[in-house]
Parts: sequence; structure tokens; C-alpha cells
Amino acid sequence: MTGNLTLALLIGVLYGVGTYLLLQRTLTRVVIGLGLMSHGANLLLLAAGGSAGAVPFAGSTDGGAGAGTADPLPQAMVLTAIVITFGVTAFLLALAFRSWLLTGEDAVQDDVEDRRIAALEPEEHPHAARPEDEA
Amino acid sequence: MLALLALHLGLALAVPFAAPRLGPRVFLLAAAAPAATAGWAATRAGDVLDGRPVTSSTAWVPGLGLTLDLRLDPLGLLMVTLVSGVGTLVFLYCAGYFSAGQRGLGRFAGVLTGFSGAMLGLVLADDLLLLYVFWELTSVTSWLLIGFDDESPQSRRAAQQALLVTTLGGLVMLLGLLLLAQEAGTASLSGILADPPRGPTVAIALVLVLVGAFTKSAQVPFHPWLPAAMAAPTPVSAYLHAAAMVKAGVYLVARLAPAFAVVAPWRPLVLTVGLATMLVGGWRALRQSDLKRLLAFGTVSQLGFLMVLLGAGTPEAALAGATLLLAHGLFKSTLFLAVGVIDHETGTRDLRELSGLGRRLPVLAAVATLAALSMAGVPPLLGFVAKEAAYEAFLHGGPGGAVVFAGLFLGSVLTAAYSARFVWGAFASKPSCVATPAHTPSPGFVAPVVVLGASGLVLGLLPGLADPLVQAYAASYPLEAGRELEHLALWHGLTAALGWSALTLAAGAGLFLLREPVRRGQRGASRVLSAVDADRAYDLSLSWLDRAAQRSTAVVQSGSLPVYLGTVLLTLVVLTGGALVGGTSISGDLQLWDRPLQAVVAVVVAAAAVATARAHRRFTAVLLVGAVGYGVAVLFVLQGGPDLALTQFLVETLTLVLFVFVLRRLPSSFPRSTPRRSQLVRAGVATAVGAVVAAGVLVAGQARTAPPASQDYLDRALPEGGGSNVVNVVLVDFRGFDTLGEITVLVVAALGIATLVPAGRRRPQEQSR
Repeated sequence: MTGNLTLALLIGVLYGVGTYLLLQRTLTRVVIGLGLMSHGANLLLLAAGGSAGAVPFAGSTDGGAGAGTADPLPQAMVLTAIVITFGVTAFLLALAFRSWLLTGEDAVQDDVEDRRIAALEPEEHPHAARPEDEA
Repeated sequence: MLALLALHLGLALAVPFAAPRLGPRVFLLAAAAPAATAGWAATRAGDVLDGRPVTSSTAWVPGLGLTLDLRLDPLGLLMVTLVSGVGTLVFLYCAGYFSAGQRGLGRFAGVLTGFSGAMLGLVLADDLLLLYVFWELTSVTSWLLIGFDDESPQSRRAAQQALLVTTLGGLVMLLGLLLLAQEAGTASLSGILADPPRGPTVAIALVLVLVGAFTKSAQVPFHPWLPAAMAAPTPVSAYLHAAAMVKAGVYLVARLAPAFAVVAPWRPLVLTVGLATMLVGGWRALRQSDLKRLLAFGTVSQLGFLMVLLGAGTPEAALAGATLLLAHGLFKSTLFLAVGVIDHETGTRDLRELSGLGRRLPVLAAVATLAALSMAGVPPLLGFVAKEAAYEAFLHGGPGGAVVFAGLFLGSVLTAAYSARFVWGAFASKPSCVATPAHTPSPGFVAPVVVLGASGLVLGLLPGLADPLVQAYAASYPLEAGRELEHLALWHGLTAALGWSALTLAAGAGLFLLREPVRRGQRGASRVLSAVDADRAYDLSLSWLDRAAQRSTAVVQSGSLPVYLGTVLLTLVVLTGGALVGGTSISGDLQLWDRPLQAVVAVVVAAAAVATARAHRRFTAVLLVGAVGYGVAVLFVLQGGPDLALTQFLVETLTLVLFVFVLRRLPSSFPRSTPRRSQLVRAGVATAVGAVVAAGVLVAGQARTAPPASQDYLDRALPEGGGSNVVNVVLVDFRGFDTLGEITVLVVAALGIATLVPAGRRRPQEQSR
């Protein structure tokens, strides 16, 4: 097996930029980040499957099962992944759209309840409610 | 025996339903359970004392080796006397104590009956795990009973404190019991005692078990829960917190001591804690003005005394301990019940307000005085017999020598003093107070108190009645040939112990007579001693726990999505990256590209991706993402996947259309981004993730050990799948179910979008109306 340095670096860049956008608060950028990451993931599947080769056609030039043929299995998986990514992206966009309509904001909010808990003052345990010894 | 436990359980479940109709008389019904037990135990007493314990064994969970092993031996019989004998009288007393309109009466009666059953199970259990189950059941019922007045913050706090302290101790004990069972190879209590294991693990196990026993029996420093538990109704104080439950720890120590007292940490631990408890309890009892709290600290003190006697591990001390166990159960429950009568008839139990009750309630005063004299150790009562035996056991070189004896002596002096203070406080006519008005209690209310108080006198006058029982327990210690234990007696002749007893009483009386100076001295000392307050330590540890929980919640559960995601991604970086750095190396040949064109396209795609992140306008960002997508499609072609490229082109175009539809409604620019520093953190995380993934790709590409599965697909596509495009055949034929799943995802997403978008559109219309 040989490694393809170009593809590896590109996948790294796609994942890095995708992560950066995923960590933003603007919903559109989060969706875009997820899309970039998906591209990275698809390429990762292909690159991990083997190096580039001829189109996998049965009975093609070198008799089908030649060493120069690209692996068809990762390709089938990536094809499935592309379509599913499309479905997820469309759904996320619908969510972002609805959030925009309802709140007028295109941003990921902090959980209000969690912030409230974090801001709570610790409750003191009064050393009362118990009888004392005779003075 | 199982039938008796079932009777308790059945009655516990039934009495709440009978309570509305019967009122306080429901306790007469509930008393059937302990009364039947006491009667049964009496018929078996002869066999048990002759060395033929009653046993029963019922399979419980055979798969786990759990059995309901019950065993009635002399120590068990002694405890059953307290649990069911005293218990019956307390139930009868309850019928007079509560009024018909009492809220929660049925619940109280049910829980009290349940407790009685759990306690019975605890003293009969012959299996460590069974013992633990009953142990915790008594903790839970105790918690419910202390918190009976659930509207009072004081009783809620007391209930919680008792529950936390005793169950924490119980958990520690469970660990010890499991270790012990592991070492012994059996969970059977009698089996372990017959052939006790030895070794360092056993020593650790015993310390853990002792912690459980100390919490349950309110030993220093776990004692504050017991005085606080006085918030419970008086019958509970008399039954759980004097006669029965708090004896569970002492019982366990008495049970294990014959086999384990010789193991190294046992004696120093038990003797130190027991003596400290005896002295602290006695000291604090002398300072109380609430009669119930006075008795509670007295109980703490006596529990320490019992711990020393029963844990010392000599037959003489065991004999004294068993006698005191019986005596204490009788006199302390008498005293508590007497305080209950006083509280019931006068409305107070503050000894600074009570005066002249001795004349108004002569029978009660006489019985309570008898019990207090027994507590102080005055002849001819059972308490005196027990204390004589105790002095005898430690005078002649018992474990711990003179130090332990001195501690016991001091503790007994304090006991004599607070006994006198109790009688004086409850019944004396004080010149400073007007005589307290009091109702006359009904005979049925006082009768159980009289029976309990009188039994101390009878057993004191005729110690031969109790002698076989305590002798039988002491016989669990091996005795050298030719030596015989002394029998219990009022009069042993002019012995040293008798002299010390007389000295104890004289000193106690002196402390009582000098009560004013003593009080001033105690007040001064308590100012110094208040720095070490176990009760305050309990509160502080609760506060600390709360604060720690709150701080960790605030950190862990920040509510910010970027923080959560960042944590997940950093975990990926650390774990995967760590594995990559530590466990792999890239050894195969690396090449820059398969085809040079890949590099060109890759540069374009990477540039577009980076530009996407830097874009300020939404539309620019989306167009750049489109560029990335098309570029990736070209890479697919170069990799040898035209189907992928085709799909990618189509999908990328559709996605662009979708984005445009949504972006039409959104502002053209992204909101101003967050501070530079947090963006730098994001960039750092992103870089790390990118680097780890890139390295992962190289390693994963070289990790193949088996030939690709697709070789098979290539061969079978045409003959079996009927198509020459292998990717297509894989999708629709070989891996058709994957495609079915993919279509399902699309359908679900489409349904979600179809419901979300119109629902979102409704809002502006409503606003425009």
C-alpha cells in the first residue's frame, strides 16, 4: 500500500476548516462546516480504500480484477454518504430557517437553564434548626 | 421464623388501612406481631440455652447463592427479648400516646411495625448479606419515623442526618462484609465465626465493619445524629433510639468479637472509640435541660460502655456486656416512655419548667426513679448487677488495663450524676418554679412503663433469671479448663468491685450536689471545646458537598454548544492522536500524488475551503462551498469513480439551490464574530483535529492486512448481478439494504423539512394580522 500525501493533506484541511466553522455560533456557518467535514470524510473513505485506479467495470480492459482497478466498495459507501449528507444538510437548513423565523436570530444560544444553574449562589446550610445545650 | 417476619410485613402493610377506623387502637392490632415473636422465642428459650440453636433456611435467589438463613442462638434470643419484648410494650404504650386525630397515624403504625420486623430479621440473620439488607431496612424505617413530623424543619434535618450517617456507615460496612465473606469463602455468619479467616485483608474488613457498627450505634464522632433524632415521637425514641436499633452496631460487635477481637486493630479501635463515646455522652448529658436530650446523650454514653464491654473480647467482659445490654434496654425505654407521659400530660419536658410532678404522678415517679437508679447502678437493680460484673471484668487485668478501667469509672460517675439530675429535673419540687399543672394519665398509658421499670427490679433481685441467658452468650468464648465464669449475683461479698461501685455512686452524688459550680465549669470548658463539634462538622461537610456539586455542575454543564463540541473534538484529538503518536509509524512508501492533476485540484479545493471560513458574506461562503464540492467531484473522477462524481455534481447543485432559498431570507453578512481570543482557541482546536485526521488517513491507508472484499464483487458483478458497473451492482444488489436505509433517511429528512418550513412560515402571518 502507498499513501497519498496530497489527499491526506487536503482531508486534513477540510476537517480543520470544517471544525473551525462547526465551533461557530452562527447556524449557517455550522451547516457549512458540517458540509466541508462531509467532503473530508468522503475523501477519507476513498483514500483509505486504496490508491487511484481504473474505473471498476466488470470485464473492462484488463479483465476486471486487475491490480489497477479502483476499489468499488468504498465508492459505493461514499455514494450513499453523499446522498445522506444532502438530506442532513437540507434538514439543518430547514431548522436554521425556522430558528430565524421564530427568534430573528441565526445563532446557537446557550442553554438558559444551565447558565442559571451556573450562576446560582451556593446555598448555605444554617447551623440552626437544632436545639443547643443548656446555656 | 420466616413466618414471624412475614407476619410483621403483613401487619405493616395492613395497619395503615385499619388506622382510620381504629384510631390509636390500631397499635393493639400491630402489637400482635412482636407479641407473637416474644411468645415464640419464650417457647424456644430452653432449647437455645441448652446449646441447640433454632435454624431455618429458605432458598432466595439460588442462582446467586442467596438464602434466607435464620438462626436463633443465645445472643439472638437476648436481642429478640429487647426487639420484641420491649417492642410489644412500646406498641401498647403508643395506643395511649397518640390521640385519635393524629395526622399520619396509619403510616406511623405501619412503618413502626415494619421496623420491628426488620430489626427482628437483623438479629436473626445468619447470612452477611441478609444481615446487611435488614440493617439498611432499619435505617430507612428509622429515617421515616424520625421525620414523622414532616412539617418541622428540625425533624426533617434530623431524619436526613440519621439517614446519611447510618447509610454511609452501612455502605462502608457492606464493603467490609463482602471482603470478610470473600476471605472466609462463605457468607454464613455462623460458618465464619466457627472458622474465622485471618490475614491483612481480614483486618481491613474488620475496620470497615466497625465503622458501620460505630455509625449505627452513635459512637464518637458519628454520635450527633442520635440526640438530633429526639425530634421523633417519644415511642420511637424509646424503641429505636434506646432499646433496639442503636443496639444493632453493638450487636454486630458482640457477634464478631469472640472470633475477631484478637485481630490487631480491633481492641485498640473498639476500646478507644467506646471509651471516648462513654465520656463525651456522659459529659454532654449533664448539660442538657431537655429531658429527652439528656436521655439521648445518656444513651450515647451507655452505647460507648456497651461497645467497650462487648468488644473487649474476654468472657468476663462479654458477660457484663450482655447483662448491661438487657438492663439498658429495660431502664432506658422506661425512662423515655416516662418522659413521653410527662410531655403528654404537661406539655413540656424542659427540666427548668417542671416542678412538683413527683407528688402529682407518684406511680410514674416511682417507676422512673427505679429505672434511673438502675441506670446509676444502685443495688438491688439489674443495672447494678451489670456494672459490678463490668468492674470485675476490668479490675483484674482486663484488656487495656488500668486506663480502660479509669475511663469506665469516670463514665459511670457521670452516669450516676446525670441519672440523679434526671430524677431531680423531672419530679422534684423546685423552689424557683411553680408546680407544673398535669393531667392524670390513664392506667393503660402508664402500665407498659410500670412493667418495664419493674422488670429491672425483679431481674436485679433475682439475677438467676437472666443468668442462663448471658452465661450462654459468654460461653461463645473458649474458656480454659478448670476456670468457670462467676454467676450474676447481687452480693459477691466484700470485693474491690463493690468498693469501686460505692465510690462511683458517692462521686456521682457529689457531682449532682455541686451542680451549680459544675454547670459553670462545663460552660467555660464548652467555650474551649466548641472548636471540635461533630455536629458542626456534619453541617460543614454537607455545605462543602453542595458547593462542590454546584461548582462542578457549572463547569461541566456550561450550556454552550461550542464548549461541548470542543470537548468532544479535543477528546478525539487526545485519544486518537495519542494512539497515533504512541502506537504507529508510517512505514510504507509515501508518494505525493497518484496523478499530478490531483495536486492542482487539491490546492484549489483547499484554497476555497479556507476562503469559506474567512468569508464575511453568507452568499460568498455558500458559493465557495459550492466550489469545494465541485472540486471534490473532480477528485472523485481522478480517483476512478465517475458515479461518485456524477452524484456529487448533482447533489452540490441541489444544495446550492437550497442554500439560496434560505439565504434569501437571512441578512447578507454574518454577525460580527466573537472576540479574537476565542476565535484563536477555535482555530487551535480545528488545526489539531485536521492534523490528527490527516495523520490518521496515512496510517489507515497502510493498515490493510487482508485482501479487499471487493475482489469478490468484481468477479461476481456480471454473472450474479447482471451489470458491468460494479459500483451500481454493489448499491442495488450486493448491499441493497444500505441503499434502503439511505432512502429511509431521505424520507425522514423530507418529512421533517415539510413540517418545519410551513410551520415556521405561519408566524409572520400571525404577526401581520
